Amino acid sequence: MTTTTAPLDVETIRKDFPILSRLVHGDKPLVYLDNAATSQKPRQVIDALVGYYEQHNANVHRGIHALAEEATALYEGARDRMARFINAPSRDEVIFTKNTSEAINLVARVLGEAGPDHRVGPGDEIVITEMEHHSNIVPWHQLAERTGATVRWFRITEEGRLDLSTLDSVITERTKIVSLTHVSNLLGTINPVDVVIRRAREVGALVLVDASQSAPHLPLDVAALGADFVAVTGHKMLGPTGIGVLWGRLPLLNELPPFLGGGEMIELVTMERSTYAAPPHKFEAGTPPIAQAVGLGAAVDYLTSVGMAAIAAHEHELTAYVIDRFAEVDGLTVIGPNTATDRVAEVSFSLEGIHPHDVGQILDEQGIAVRVGHHCARPAVVRFGIPATTRASFYLYNTRAEVDALVAGLDRVKKVFG
Amino acid sequence: MNLESMYQEIILDHYKNPHGRGLREPFDAESFQVNPTCGDEVTLRVALAGSTVGDVSYEGQGCSISQASTSVLTDLVTGRSVQDALSTMDAFVEMVQGRGQVEPDEDVLEDGVAFAGVAKYPARVKCALLGWMAFKDAVSRVEGVADR
Repeated sequence: MTTTTAPLDVETIRKDFPILSRLVHGDKPLVYLDNAATSQKPRQVIDALVGYYEQHNANVHRGIHALAEEATALYEGARDRMARFINAPSRDEVIFTKNTSEAINLVARVLGEAGPDHRVGPGDEIVITEMEHHSNIVPWHQLAERTGATVRWFRITEEGRLDLSTLDSVITERTKIVSLTHVSNLLGTINPVDVVIRRAREVGALVLVDASQSAPHLPLDVAALGADFVAVTGHKMLGPTGIGVLWGRLPLLNELPPFLGGGEMIELVTMERSTYAAPPHKFEAGTPPIAQAVGLGAAVDYLTSVGMAAIAAHEHELTAYVIDRFAEVDGLTVIGPNTATDRVAEVSFSLEGIHPHDVGQILDEQGIAVRVGHHCARPAVVRFGIPATTRASFYLYNTRAEVDALVAGLDRVKKVFG
Repeated sequence: MNLESMYQEIILDHYKNPHGRGLREPFDAESFQVNPTCGDEVTLRVALAGSTVGDVSYEGQGCSISQASTSVLTDLVTGRSVQDALSTMDAFVEMVQGRGQVEPDEDVLEDGVAFAGVAKYPARVKCALLGWMAFKDAVSRVEGVADR
């Protein structure tokens, strides 16, 4: 992070998030540390949703009445905002989806039906990693089942990093697509995707980067990243649920077949056949999540006004503090890198002899919201020989005092089960 | 306050000092149950003596609720008729699925009443029922054998 970044005014930011001032279980202030599951929403996003429905609601890209024009302008304006936010070379490369899962499913589906250059078929290989969320595993299993291709993967090291010692043997001339996460939702690890992309380029494979856990927390520049596809979900970055983005390189999007069929994605329909619209509409069948897109536009405006570099710096400092404080807790083992270097403020851990469900429940009774379980990344959890973890994940509005509350909460957990 | 209503001393006692734990021979049927959302698991064996539950033995790993509930189960069903055991199970299921609206009968459920607080936490109801599902499954397998 740049040293010129001003520190965040977290107290002012917190006032923008109405939910952060509520109490839970009677009189306990909410300590929300489940941001990797979903983020809370600022007043600005909530207002954008309400304002859209109160003032502008209409279907988009059809009708010539005033509301239809306004709704279309707002929806397409959200696309422009998102394109700027991720530094997409063209706004036409920004496809609105339901979420990251749908974005990845879209790519996995169309690659099975693509032309000869990109089609995944028998004998081809799909490369993922052991630290993927199920949403970046299951669609590739399904593609392999449909096409006769094989899924291969990179392992995780004991420290919770991607094991790239097998880089050249896992990504080979047979590899058609490499799909990996930028940041692990279980471990918090920031992966060196540039190294993987370089190797994929050598063998002519496509690369999809799952940016679900990075786009909310780190500056994202898809042009600089150099992947072919980048998937993002809105609700983890202050936006509403039901809206995500698939970014893809325009020549590829032009070449690939459509995903779902329906209204909006067509050029011309006769009773004999259909022809398809150009990207992005080619991949957006049916009435899209309009209000949600507008809300996402407000979310990226908010993030931009705070500054992604400043957010990243704040969270990096929180990460270092969490790692330090966790080192004081007897019986606590961090699952993932036990350092603030190349990791985000999502920290999974186990507490000796106490099941994560019990940890989470006792924390909840104190108003502290964490996630427990396998975090939809079961292979990664199994890799560490445990059934589940407790995960505390932070965002721009979290404070050191909340880290202290978590550590005090863990003392209480140990007292109950000690 | 809520904390006390869920994690009763009785539950913590059973968790820390489980009754009847360990898989034993001989047995008539075995059932393995897992809660896919949290990875809690239990393997449970039943040995019947005629129409009576002779022995229930189990191994498992998971949260305090799932493991303590299985410990309480062994107390409640061992030495009872299969019919009594299953009706006790019905009372237990009714209580934990009752969203806090069901008044448990301590004469029937004994230590099991400690799990009344779980009813207010829908995410944990499956934990409390894991061992009981294994018991029901195992018993049904024995009866299947007996019918042949």
